[in-house]
Amino acid sequence: MTEKLIDYIIKMQEQEALREVQDMINNNVPVMEILTKCRKAMEIVGERYEKGEYFIPELMMAAEIMTKIADMTKFLIQKEKSEEDNLGIIVIGTVEGDIHNIGKRIVCFNLEANGFKVIDIGEDISPEEYTEAIEKYKPDLVGLSCLLTIAFDSMKNTIEKIDEAGLRDKVKIMIGGAPVDDRVCEYAKADGWAEDAVKAVRLAKQLIGVD
Amino acid sequence: MINKENWDELTPNEKYNKRMESFLNPDIKFVTKEGEEKYKKNAQRYKDAIELKKPDRVPISPNMGFYPARYAGITAEEAMHDYEKMSMAWRKFNNDFGFDYLQSCAASGSGSLFAKLDLKLYKWPGHGTKTDIPYQCVEEEYMKADEYNELIEDPSAFFMKIYLPRIFGSLEAWEKLPIFPSFIELPFIGSGMVSIGMPDIQESFKKFIEAGQEAWKWAEVVGKTNKEIIAVNGIPSNSGGYTKAPFDILGDTLRGTKEIMLDMYRRPEKILKAMDTLVPIAIKMGINACDSSDNPFVKIPLHKGEDSFMSREQFAEFYWPTLKKVLLGLIEDGCVPSLFAEGSYNKRLDFITDPDLPKGKIYWYFDKTDMVEVKKYLSGKAAFGGNVPASLLKTGTPNEVEEYVRNLMDKVAGDGGYILTTGAVIDDAKDENIKSMVEAGKKYGKY
Repeated sequence: MTEKLIDYIIKMQEQEALREVQDMINNNVPVMEILTKCRKAMEIVGERYEKGEYFIPELMMAAEIMTKIADMTKFLIQKEKSEEDNLGIIVIGTVEGDIHNIGKRIVCFNLEANGFKVIDIGEDISPEEYTEAIEKYKPDLVGLSCLLTIAFDSMKNTIEKIDEAGLRDKVKIMIGGAPVDDRVCEYAKADGWAEDAVKAVRLAKQLIGVD
Repeated sequence: MINKENWDELTPNEKYNKRMESFLNPDIKFVTKEGEEKYKKNAQRYKDAIELKKPDRVPISPNMGFYPARYAGITAEEAMHDYEKMSMAWRKFNNDFGFDYLQSCAASGSGSLFAKLDLKLYKWPGHGTKTDIPYQCVEEEYMKADEYNELIEDPSAFFMKIYLPRIFGSLEAWEKLPIFPSFIELPFIGSGMVSIGMPDIQESFKKFIEAGQEAWKWAEVVGKTNKEIIAVNGIPSNSGGYTKAPFDILGDTLRGTKEIMLDMYRRPEKILKAMDTLVPIAIKMGINACDSSDNPFVKIPLHKGEDSFMSREQFAEFYWPTLKKVLLGLIEDGCVPSLFAEGSYNKRLDFITDPDLPKGKIYWYFDKTDMVEVKKYLSGKAAFGGNVPASLLKTGTPNEVEEYVRNLMDKVAGDGGYILTTGAVIDDAKDENIKSMVEAGKKYGKY
């Protein structure tokens, strides 16, 4: 019966998936087992996204189903991963002057689903706030997001500030957002850039050498 | 304002010709004879490109956001609040850069107007963003999931009584307004009007009137400035107004990105019905704008149908059919839809060259789409433009920009029907790069 759960999730059958989880809970199926199925389903969703079969509606819908299952099982999926067994810690934010967060949220969810510990420090984040967050959380990676073209300078300034604070060698820095490309990456002196949420995960793994 | 006498008796082509006639011969007193001639040349050049011909050279029409303010040394906040400074900045910009077409000073909008309305839908400089940061949209569910029927059954009442009170703090009381069909008989009128006497509604109308006065003040400066820029420089306006794709109307500011994406699974039939309701409204929005500006070009910025947002199947089901209806409706009335395909449209090129759409009546401009592919699909069907990247204009050198433009001219401009523009709306760039883009367009764009 448990394979049904995977099937419902990857077909975006929200009601059926939630009913299945409720049945599993009622039948005393261990929470870990439910969550393992969920993770398997999310892997398949990610693979299909990467192959170009699934798009943002499916990523959003799968994330929504996951959130509801997490509520039902009174168990946050990301918490279940202990501090030690994450692939790495990433501090992520939208740079100064830019308040957009939808792309960033999708990237965060995907990084979490793939084993990263994600610390989302919000939007309109100043260079100082980034350096403070790096000192506080000691991440392996820092992610800078933007939607506006005027944020290119914010990205550059942020990375300069991280450098000035003597923290540049301690972290890998990745950037993303609709207007970002090779030129922006070079301009801001980031370590890499990604154009979507799945590529962001791959880049994060590459940058910290776990791929 | 266009004269629409006997309009219903005209064919779409005759309507188009009439609208184009106003574009070619506007009601403007040009400062010099050369200015007037230059205007005619620029207008004809644009018309030729739209009609898939080879003009004397490629029309040059980069797409500017707040860049003129930056260039003239005023902040985004000043551009949105100090109309005289705004006017100065856009005059200076239009005088200095030699574009073929007007960059309208309406682009920045009036922050004072938005403040009077207590607009919640955006943050803008002085109201949530820093002094030099342009406005940004605040995504919320301004329409709730269970309100689709309200929109479908009575769209005007939905916008007036549900949407406006949420996006305009000053009009919060409008949720208590009557629905206007209540006034169909004498005995109904009294009870229908009672709510208008309520103190909070009276207050909201006072604010509404003040906002209207502010809009008028702003529009006077905008109208005067644009007219003078055109009269001095001989550069036509290629923007008559705006409309949007029905899916974007729903997804951008009614439901929000996340919610519309979830609705595609949770309540697809509601989306489809709501979009059907929005089609005639979107058409009317475009036509009304073109009528009052007496300018045939309707800009349509496209958002959520982009390659990475949805699958081809979803585009075919949710995005394209109603957008196509909007395009046909605009063309039917003689307007020229000018669609800005933001992001990448590589997987949509077969849709947008739909054989039901008449040839030479639409302009598509692109951001990250492969322009060589664009030419393959659109050549001989619709005018297309693009796509000097914002990143290049900001971080590149004038030589790199020239090279990029030269490459576009070599590879995609050759058969005509092409307009040189930027891949994004530009807020920030190096002055010399924008100049290089224009010069390269003039140098390599000759036919």
